[in-house]
Amino acid sequence: MILVVAEQREGKLNRASWETIAAAQQLGGDLKVAVVGSGADALAGELAAAEATEVIAVDAAALGDYTADGYVTGLALLIEAEGPSHVFFPHTYQTRDFAPALAARIGRALITDVTGIKKDGARTLYVRPVFQGKMNADVAAEGPAPHLVTVQIGAFRADAARRGAAPAAVRVSKVSVNASAIRQKAEAPFKEAKQAVDLSQAERIVAVGRGIKGQEHLKLVEDLATALGAEIAASRPICDSGWLPMDRQIGSSGQTVAPKLYLALGISGAIQHLVGMKGSRIIVAINKDAEAPIFEIADFGIAGDLFEVVPAMIAELNR
Amino acid sequence: MKIAVCIKQVVTREWQLRVNEGKTWIRDQDASFELNEPDAYALEEALRLKEKHGGEVVVVSAGPARAAQVLREALARGADRGIHVESDALASADAFVVAEALASAIREEQFNLVLTGLQSDDQGFGQVGVVLAEKLGMPHATIIMEVQASDSGLRVKRELEGGWFQWMTLPLPALLTIQSGINQLRYATLKGIMAAKKKEIRKLAPAAGASAAQTIVSVYFPEKGKKTQMLPGSAAEAAKALVQKLRDEARVIA
Repeated sequence: MILVVAEQREGKLNRASWETIAAAQQLGGDLKVAVVGSGADALAGELAAAEATEVIAVDAAALGDYTADGYVTGLALLIEAEGPSHVFFPHTYQTRDFAPALAARIGRALITDVTGIKKDGARTLYVRPVFQGKMNADVAAEGPAPHLVTVQIGAFRADAARRGAAPAAVRVSKVSVNASAIRQKAEAPFKEAKQAVDLSQAERIVAVGRGIKGQEHLKLVEDLATALGAEIAASRPICDSGWLPMDRQIGSSGQTVAPKLYLALGISGAIQHLVGMKGSRIIVAINKDAEAPIFEIADFGIAGDLFEVVPAMIAELNR
Repeated sequence: MKIAVCIKQVVTREWQLRVNEGKTWIRDQDASFELNEPDAYALEEALRLKEKHGGEVVVVSAGPARAAQVLREALARGADRGIHVESDALASADAFVVAEALASAIREEQFNLVLTGLQSDDQGFGQVGVVLAEKLGMPHATIIMEVQASDSGLRVKRELEGGWFQWMTLPLPALLTIQSGINQLRYATLKGIMAAKKKEIRKLAPAAGASAAQTIVSVYFPEKGKKTQMLPGSAAEAAKALVQKLRDEARVIA
């Protein structure tokens, strides 16, 4: 039996939970879905639409606010009670915070950031990116079951998750988590001062990455954006360096956009960036490195020096 | 405050990756190496905490002999001493094995705080820091963008997805994984480089018996999935072709 641990925050299901269900269904076999938190039973009804033998609402007052200690304790108890062969999670920031500790606590393998599942005889191989997505690795889990697997956001389609003919049975499981043993104390999540720019509304975006080399070259990018009628955005390292404000950042820690045109300049295409823009209608990549992962998802690509290509584009656009 | 910073040596981003003969990892004999980027931010944060609160910064790396390069660099940036858990097998080891190697070194001393980068640029497990916390019996918090330390413990700002953040408090000793961009990095000065030569790097052998939880069966370059139209020619030719395609074919610009 595969156990999928769905993710919720403040009573709202993370859509990646359905992607994780789709991944687990691809592996095959019986499926149970668990959702953790106080009052998780409301979400269990939503998850019961999945083709699964059961949905388990793991309920404990101490699990109301997410903490790593609380989740590790609660999920270790759940896994012991259910005895699954595999446990699947969405590869979210929350999962990344507790799943390695859970794996270490129960002494079981954890394969992170999985983008595909293959069968190699009787053995299951998990595909995961290495070297920032420039290469893939096929990985086998070692040691006894259960094997823990986190599924990369966007790697499986939520709408590919099979729905059952009738809603799955829902069961509330009270686990005993001692609140005083939880060492982290969480405060309420917040957003930084309201974002000045809402890039999600932009029709065209010119995004710039490490390949721009220095802040002094941003003028070139601005000129191209003006010529295209586009907003400027950036990958994380550019904002980390303070060359552009944080609210121009596209990716898992920044904004998610899907414009008509997304032009990536000197962006290699680490997955943290791709998740924020791969829904764009037309993607153009200009990068010196012809092997850069950004070309995987581009409609048009130029493997060349952006310092030569961009001025030529501006000239052509202004002609 | 006595702080351990776990650092990893990885191949530089510019180095052209090549697969080894067994297709199980890269052929890195002639590669150039650098400090894993998130670890550089973890080191910087440790140095800032020391400047504010006093104490000691010890850098710890688990890797082959060549990893001494990043330990030396960290000493040049201001770390006080280094510990090198040295073994060729650690070059592409899994997260459990690396965490155990680091834990064996860190357990020998009483650290108040252990910092790691949130993940490595090569394997990218995002596991070592959190597994290490569990092995050390320390509370942890991950993807940290700000650290406030006091005698009673830590208040840290966790990054959540989509521009959200959250403050967490936790007691010391504790382990934090640090997100890139938490601070502005300093680079080694000539004086620092000279001083580093006199600083200690202690070598340890990894403890026997840590077993891997995963094995790489093969590594390979992803197939080009999409029908990417690569535009050939000189920069001027490619740029002209691109503008024409965006206008007439994709119709996304006027």
